[in-house]
Amino acid sequence: MIITKGMVLSDIKLEKRRKLKDRIFQFMVIGFSVIAVIPLLLIIGKLVKEGVGQINFDFFTRTAPNTMEAMVAVNNNETIPGGIANGITGSLLMVVMASVMAIPVGVVTGVYLSEFGNSKFAGLVRSIADILQGVPSIVLGVIAYLWVVKHITSGYSALAGSVALAIMMLPLIIRSTEETLKMIPVTYKEAAFALGVPYHKVIYKVLIPSGLSGLLTGILLAISRVLGETAPLLLTALGSSMITLDITEPVSAVPLLIWDFYNDPNMVSLIWSSSLFLMGFVLFLNIMAKRIAKKWKIQ
Amino acid sequence: MNEAIIKINDPLISIENLSVAYEQGKYAVKDVGAGIKKKSITAIMGPSGCGKSTLLRAINRLHELYPDIVVEGDIYLNGNNIFQMSAIALRRKIGMVFQRPNPFPTMSIYDNVMAGYKLNGKSLKKDRKDEIVEKSLKEVTLWNEVKDALYNKGNFLSGGQQQRLCIARALAYKPDVILMDEPTSALDPVATSKIEDLLVELKKDYTIVLVTHNMSQAARISDYSMFMYMGELIEYGETSGIFSTPVDKRTEAYLTGKFG
Amino acid sequence: MKSEKITKIVLLVTAGLIILIAAGMAYSLFGGAMPVFQKFGLKFIISSDWNPTEGRESYGAMPFIAGTLLTSLLALLICFPFAFSTSLFIGEYYRGKKIGSILGTLVDLLAGIPSIVYGLWGFYVLKPLIVNLGINQHGLGIFTASLILAIMIIPYATSLSNEIISLVPNELKEAAYSLGATRREVITNVILPSAGSGIVAGYVLALGRALGETMAVTMLIGNANIIPDDLFGMGNTMASVIANQFGEAEGLKLSALIAIGLLLFLITALVNFLGKLIMKKLYS
Repeated sequence: MIITKGMVLSDIKLEKRRKLKDRIFQFMVIGFSVIAVIPLLLIIGKLVKEGVGQINFDFFTRTAPNTMEAMVAVNNNETIPGGIANGITGSLLMVVMASVMAIPVGVVTGVYLSEFGNSKFAGLVRSIADILQGVPSIVLGVIAYLWVVKHITSGYSALAGSVALAIMMLPLIIRSTEETLKMIPVTYKEAAFALGVPYHKVIYKVLIPSGLSGLLTGILLAISRVLGETAPLLLTALGSSMITLDITEPVSAVPLLIWDFYNDPNMVSLIWSSSLFLMGFVLFLNIMAKRIAKKWKIQ
Repeated sequence: MNEAIIKINDPLISIENLSVAYEQGKYAVKDVGAGIKKKSITAIMGPSGCGKSTLLRAINRLHELYPDIVVEGDIYLNGNNIFQMSAIALRRKIGMVFQRPNPFPTMSIYDNVMAGYKLNGKSLKKDRKDEIVEKSLKEVTLWNEVKDALYNKGNFLSGGQQQRLCIARALAYKPDVILMDEPTSALDPVATSKIEDLLVELKKDYTIVLVTHNMSQAARISDYSMFMYMGELIEYGETSGIFSTPVDKRTEAYLTGKFG
Repeated sequence: MKSEKITKIVLLVTAGLIILIAAGMAYSLFGGAMPVFQKFGLKFIISSDWNPTEGRESYGAMPFIAGTLLTSLLALLICFPFAFSTSLFIGEYYRGKKIGSILGTLVDLLAGIPSIVYGLWGFYVLKPLIVNLGINQHGLGIFTASLILAIMIIPYATSLSNEIISLVPNELKEAAYSLGATRREVITNVILPSAGSGIVAGYVLALGRALGETMAVTMLIGNANIIPDDLFGMGNTMASVIANQFGEAEGLKLSALIAIGLLLFLITALVNFLGKLIMKKLYS
C-alpha cells in the first residue's frame, strides 16, 4: 500500500479498498481454479473406489456376460461373471484399422503441408483439415454409416467403426506432423540433398526420422482420443458379445460395453471397473504422449 | 574477358555467364564467368549479400530446392554441362560443407560418415564400410578422438569436431569438388585454425571452393581468390596478387576495410 | 528430375485425399437430408413436430437445435469464471512456477476423460446431488447437462487463454506496476485488453466442442423431444437424438436424422470458423 505525504483520509481509504479488491480477486482466482479441477479428482476417486474391486484376471480375459447371467448373479448376490475381453479386442481391432488408414495419409499430408505450405492448395488442405477436426464425432458416425454400413458391409461392422475413427484421427495427425516437420532445421534437408539423395529418400530417411518423436506424440494423442469415443460407434460397430476379427461384422468396444452395461439394470454395477480401465488407459496414453513431446522439445 | 579476371588453364569447373535471380528481375548473381583450378583452394569473398553463397550453391544446383529461383548461363564440370545432367548424379560428385555443422541428429558418427552411401541406399560390405569410415575420419584428423565412440550420436562433439565430421562425410563419397559455405564462421579460433590446416592438407587431393566472409582466411589458405560485390565478379586472381596489388578500386576498398 | 516430380505428385495427391473426404461427407449429408427437405422444405428447421407414426410422419429440428444451443451456451456461461480463473492462475499468478504447471496438467487431464465417463459420473453423482438440492425433480434436464458440459469444456477454454495471457509482454505489466497498480488492476487494465481476442477465440472454440458433445449430454438431458420451457426442464440435443434414434431409423425418419446431422455439422463448422477468424486477426 502506498501512503505518501500529503495523502488525505479519503485517499488512504481508497488505497485500502484497492488492496482489498486485489486480495479478493486473487482469492477468487485461486478458489475457482481449485474448484475447476475438483471434478477430475472426484471422478477418478469414484471410479477407483467403485471399480478397483472388480478388476482381476477374468476382467481382461472373459467376454461380457449376457443379461440372464447377470440377473442370476445379482439375485444370488454374487459377483457378476465375465469381463470386457470382447470390448478390448474390438477396440484394439478398430483402432489398429483406423491407424492403418489414417497414419500414412495423415503423415504424408503433413509432409506435404510442411514442404509446400505456402501454396494456395496447401492453404485449402489446411482449412479443410481444420474443419474436419471440429466435426462432432456423432456426425462422423452418420457418415461412416452412410458410406460403409449401407454400401460396403450391408450392416454394422468393425470396418464402419474404423472409418469413423480414422476420419477423427486424420486432422490430428496431419497437424502434428506438419508442426513437427516445420521445426526441423532446413540445414539437414540441404545436407542430404547435397549428398545427392533423391527427394523421396530425403523425406523418409532424414526428415521423418528427425521428427519421429513429434510424429509419435501426435499419433498417440490421436489414438487416445478415439479410444474413448462412444457416439460414432453406436451407429457403426453396434457391439457384439463375441470376440471376433471379422471386420465385416459388428464388433464391441470398451465404451460400447460401458453403454450396454449402463442400459441394462442387471449389469449396471459393471460400469465402474470398465470405466476405470478405459479412463486409466486413455490417461496413460495421454501422459506418455506428453512425455515424449517434452523429451523431443529438449533435443 | 577483362584483366581483373584471371583465365585458368584447363579448369575443373567452368562458370560461364551465370546469373541467378530470386525474384523477377532481382539478380543475386550477375553474369559471372570464371574457371576453377583443379586441386587448389579457391576462395570467394565479399561483403554480406554480394552473392557469394548463391554462386557457390549454383555449382551443385542446391538452389533448385527453392523453386522460385531462376538461373541463366552454364556451368561445366570436367567439360560436362551440369544443367544437362541429373542433379542427383551431379551432387554425388560434389561434396558440401555448411556454415553451421549439421551432422544428421538421428545417426551415429559411423553412419554420418557413411551417410552418402546409406541415404542413397548403397550397401557395402561391413569391411569396406569400416575402411571408408576410418580413412575419412583420419583424413580429417578426427579418428583418434572418436574411434571408441563411433556408434554414438555426434552430439557430444564440439563444434569444430562436428564440422570435421561433416567434412569426413563429404570426403567419404570421394567427390571431385568440395564446396564450403563459410565453414568456420560458427567456430571458435582454435577450431577454425585446425580446419584451415586441414583444408591446406586436403587440397593435395581435392578441389576446394570456399566462401568466406573473413578475408584474412582467404589470404591465409587460398591459392586463388574471387572478390564479389553486388552480384558481380569484380576481381579474380592468384591470392598473393590480389591482396598485394588489387586491380579494381572496389577490391582495394574492400581489402582495406572501407566497407564490410 | 523424374523421381522428384513423382514424389511431389504423390504428396499432392495424398494431400488432396482429405479434400475428397470432406467433399464426400458434404455430398452424403446433403444427399441423405434431401428427402426430408423435399417433403417439408425449410419449415423442417423451425418445426417442433416429431411424429414417426407411419402415414402421419412429421419431423422438425427445432427442439433439438434449441436444446443444443441452450446447453452449449449455458455451459459456456457456467464454465467462464472457472476457466478464466484457471487461465489467470496458470498464465499470470503462478506462471512458470511448479504449482502452475501442476494445475495445467490437471486441467489437461480433464480433456482426456472419455465423454461416457463424464456421463456416468454425472448420472450417478451429479444427478442425485441436484435432486437433493431441490433444483429439479428428476435431476435431468438442460441445467444438469449444461453443468457437465461446462466441466468438459474447461480445458478447451483455458488452453488457448493460458498461452495468450502468458505472452503479454512483461514491459507492459511492469509499466503498470511501476505506476502503483495492484495485480488485479494490471490484469483488468493491461492483460485482458491485450489478450482479449485470444481469450475470446478460445471460448468460441470451446463452444464448438460443446455443440457436438453427445454421450454425457444424452445421459443427462432427459431426452424429451420438446423445446424446453425453462432452464431446468428436460429437452434434447441434435447429437443426442441422432445417437438415440439412429439405430432403427429408416426412410423419412432416417433422412430427418441425417438432416439434423447436417445442421449440426453446419452450426459447428460456422462456430469453429468464427473462432479461427478471430485467432487469425489476433496473429496478424
